[in-house]
Amino acid sequence: MSVHDQFGEDLALLALGSLQGDERAAVEQHLAGCPSCRRELEQLRGDMSLLALSTAGPKPPARAKERLMSAIANQPRAQRSESPPVPWWAVLGWAAAAAMIIMVALLWQQNQTLEQHVANLSAELKQQQAELANAREVVATLTRPDAVVTVVTANTRPQPQGKAFYLRDQARLVFIASNLPQLPPQKAYELWLIPANGKAPVPAGVFKPDVRGSAAVINPPLPVGVEPKAFAMTIEPEQGSSTPTMPIVMVGAGE
Amino acid sequence: MAQLYDRYSSIVYSVALRVLGDTGAAEDVLQEVFIQLWRNPGLFDSSRGNLAAWLSVIARNRAIDALRKRRPESEIDDIVISVEPDLAGDAERARAMEKVRGTMGVMPSAQRSALEMAYFEGLTHTEIAAKTGEPLGTVKTRIRAGLLQLRKAFQT
Repeated sequence: MSVHDQFGEDLALLALGSLQGDERAAVEQHLAGCPSCRRELEQLRGDMSLLALSTAGPKPPARAKERLMSAIANQPRAQRSESPPVPWWAVLGWAAAAAMIIMVALLWQQNQTLEQHVANLSAELKQQQAELANAREVVATLTRPDAVVTVVTANTRPQPQGKAFYLRDQARLVFIASNLPQLPPQKAYELWLIPANGKAPVPAGVFKPDVRGSAAVINPPLPVGVEPKAFAMTIEPEQGSSTPTMPIVMVGAGE
Repeated sequence: MAQLYDRYSSIVYSVALRVLGDTGAAEDVLQEVFIQLWRNPGLFDSSRGNLAAWLSVIARNRAIDALRKRRPESEIDDIVISVEPDLAGDAERARAMEKVRGTMGVMPSAQRSALEMAYFEGLTHTEIAAKTGEPLGTVKTRIRAGLLQLRKAFQT
């Protein structure tokens, strides 16, 4: 017999429910890790159940059945742990529902991606339109026959030179400069529109030249309709000034 | 359910009656066991033994609990039973009954009464030893030997 013999008697007592306290705990602990003793316990319960047959014979009174049947009519019934076989076609509904859920999830995800894509495209388009409008304005300023073109020069070598293209009625200004001397730290060049009517010079953009001395000012904020007498450049603090600081490094009057 | 009742109510009832000695109390146990089966049909694992044996064990345990006026102690769902004879049919049951009675009849009387005290009266081995004045070890051995003898009777 494969059963651990020292537990044999205790297992019989356990089956009968006579084992208590520490003895019972010890056997149950052993059972947890011993399949052959569990099997023996099941068999002993089977043996024990045979004892019931020794007394079999009396039948319950007929009313007992009626009582039971009316009692179970009012009893909720638990779910069977072994569920009845599911007909194959019943699975179709669930499968369709599951497929639908997956489909919805996929479509939603796809929709999110597309929405993101559209948003990106629309932002890109806006930026390009702005850039194009800007470029058009620049070109218009440069090519309009009524543009006032002013060459702003200095007397040092290599000779710095600037060219201002100005549309008075639209307050548009494109200023391009080259060979500008490098600036001390925290300083910048500032362009001034000097009105013909003798009023104070109007600030027309603060800028710093690149390493080769080139710079450009495109469409600085200007009041409309100022008739220019000249354009001038001074050196100002980086943040710019509202009135020019002397000396004027470059100046030029309209052609 | 009615079919199960017709087939097994006699076993359940007679065990409860033998334990409790009172028809009303036996009927209550009968009622309780079948209601449990109705409410939780999954409790009985049909692959691990036959229903008659399972019902008789549940009925006996409930009847003992009722006799000792204690709360139901054994959880119904941890009772797993392994039993040789198939007791589903009336004829098989009748044959098995004969065999059990025959085996009990040829048992030494001290062994048979130890087994019956443990099974039908729900006495612990300690109580049996105190009642009969026999050593505890002897009582334990008798009980186990009695059960194995019943098993052997069905293995031939």
